[in-house]
Amino acid sequence: MTGADPRKQEPTLAVEGLKTHFFTKAGVVKAVDGVSLHVNPGEILGLVGESGSGKSITGFSILGLIDAPGRIVEGSIRYKGRELTTASDEELRKLRGDRIAMIFQDPMMTLNPVLRIDTQMIETVRVHHRVSKSEALERSRAALAEVGIPSPESRLKNYPHELSGGMRQRVAIAIAFINKPDLIIADEPTTALDVTIQAQILAEAQALCARTGTAMIWITHDLAVVSSLADRIAVMYAGRVVETGRTSEVVSAPRHPYTRGLINSVPSHNARGSRLAQIPGMTPSLMNLPKGCAFRTRCPQAIDVCLETPPIREIAPGREIRCFNPVGAAQPAAAEVAP
Amino acid sequence: MHSEPRLTAYIIRRLMQSAAVVLAMSVIVFLGLNVIGDPVYLLIDPQADQAEIERTIRRLGLDQPIYIQYFNFITNALTGNLGTSFVHGTSALKLIVDRMPATLEIAIAATLMSIVFGIPLGLYAGLKPDNFFSKSIMATSILGFSLPTFWVGIMMIMVFAVMLGWLPSTGRGPTATFLGITSSLFTIDGLRHIAMPALNLALLKISLVIRLTRAGTREAIHQDYIKFARAKGISSSRIVGVHLLKNIMIPVVTVLGLEFGNLVAFSVVTETIFAWPGMGKLLIDSIQSLDRPVIVAYLIIIVLLFVIINLVVDILYSVLDPRVRIGEKSA
Repeated sequence: MTGADPRKQEPTLAVEGLKTHFFTKAGVVKAVDGVSLHVNPGEILGLVGESGSGKSITGFSILGLIDAPGRIVEGSIRYKGRELTTASDEELRKLRGDRIAMIFQDPMMTLNPVLRIDTQMIETVRVHHRVSKSEALERSRAALAEVGIPSPESRLKNYPHELSGGMRQRVAIAIAFINKPDLIIADEPTTALDVTIQAQILAEAQALCARTGTAMIWITHDLAVVSSLADRIAVMYAGRVVETGRTSEVVSAPRHPYTRGLINSVPSHNARGSRLAQIPGMTPSLMNLPKGCAFRTRCPQAIDVCLETPPIREIAPGREIRCFNPVGAAQPAAAEVAP
Repeated sequence: MHSEPRLTAYIIRRLMQSAAVVLAMSVIVFLGLNVIGDPVYLLIDPQADQAEIERTIRRLGLDQPIYIQYFNFITNALTGNLGTSFVHGTSALKLIVDRMPATLEIAIAATLMSIVFGIPLGLYAGLKPDNFFSKSIMATSILGFSLPTFWVGIMMIMVFAVMLGWLPSTGRGPTATFLGITSSLFTIDGLRHIAMPALNLALLKISLVIRLTRAGTREAIHQDYIKFARAKGISSSRIVGVHLLKNIMIPVVTVLGLEFGNLVAFSVVTETIFAWPGMGKLLIDSIQSLDRPVIVAYLIIIVLLFVIINLVVDILYSVLDPRVRIGEKSA
């Protein structure tokens, strides 16, 4: 799907040093604090992290859907080379749902309960393209068929509450794909579903991306989900990307202690009967992050230099980590950091 | 539609329930009115002799035991005769029906005002909660709630009728007939007459609708379906006008329905202040002269009115909210 070196093609989306902060009465919440990532055409990027690591906010920032008191304070988001952080509301609105679409976590809440499926699909087509109502309806029917909904004709006439959760998520995915976008941001779209449905949805999303050449950012807290789906993985912790790389490399040989902790926390990695591995402590408050590396307080191999903020550095082509003392390093990497 | 027989059954069931309510209410009112005083001595010339008093009592049917009186009343009511006014000597029902258009038009005008002012202002206050104008709207709505209607009415007369002389202070304007309906809403002078009393009545309802709409908006705006609509690139006018409004109309419609009933039934204070020749004034006059048939007939009509309004609101629900299935399990 991707070329030999991902950076030789122009990425569909390139996020550079993105900071999205929330200015609440209690203080500044640094939900996203310097995220850099990119997605190439047709590629699936898994954005992994615990709740509160800023992965969803990253997704909403890309779409320009951050509401007050939140604000993008720094960084750049470039869609096909076009800067989005300075784009007007109207420009962003035109991109949303047409070139960059989004799928939400809870299918029970995503669709408007008082509008029929066809209304919600047709409006998505017609707000971006000058087509007749019947043409829009035909596209809606085709989009529903595409995501494997049986008898789409009659489903179009339904209200959301008449469909099951899995069915509703398929409708949401169909809506996301309906205008053949270049990028889809999927915010934990399978978390609320049964495992069997989850597997079906994953397979369908993957197939759709391959068929349409749509790039995807799949936000999840579930490493197992992305490892079977994503081409590359970016692991987030406390508002920053701490490790990126090809899925197989990151999963089989994690370099950041946090990534290793995450992988070890997946029950299947444990021998039967042994105690489940866990990362000690809790995610730090985003309002009051530890000085230096945010993972320092929970890290089994923290060293003195971790009191400084670790920069992101490339350890192999396409493989980046934000750590002074990575897993498997012969000696602490502090010396490698240029002053 | 496949649900029509079910809907009909539902309406029939509801009407039967309401018949029971009307029956119970009539017993209570009938007995209650018997306790509070004897209308004969209010009606009759103080100089009348005993024979005349006896005659009057017999004429009004008050010599019979109360259960016979009630039985007679019910038998007559079933034929559409709700009794004859002690005071006016004419059909109680006709007295009320004659006054009804005046009350209905003021209630309709007030309800329209609460929709036209309440929903946009509430939406605005809900969408921009921190803005100065929104805060002023909310502060004013508290006044609308708490100022007594009679005082506001008097102040309005003082300002607009006495000091400025813009609007007439009392009475109903000339009527005109349009599409078979005769109403003062169709003449300019009629509108000038109705403006103040209707606004006086509407003030509380406007405040109510503002607060309901704002609360609904504040809640709905954070729902995922609104965020999803934004993520689809839907314009904000459509998000507010379709996605949001359709969801928040449900409580607004309920309250407006019930409040409409209240406006028709109990706009007594406003009708008195503005000398509006409606049903409220008739009720007050009838209570003062213990005109039992009119009071009973009035209350029965009001109960029926509430029943019908509730039915209409329930049906509107199913139109607004597809999740409501009328008649499946009666609500």
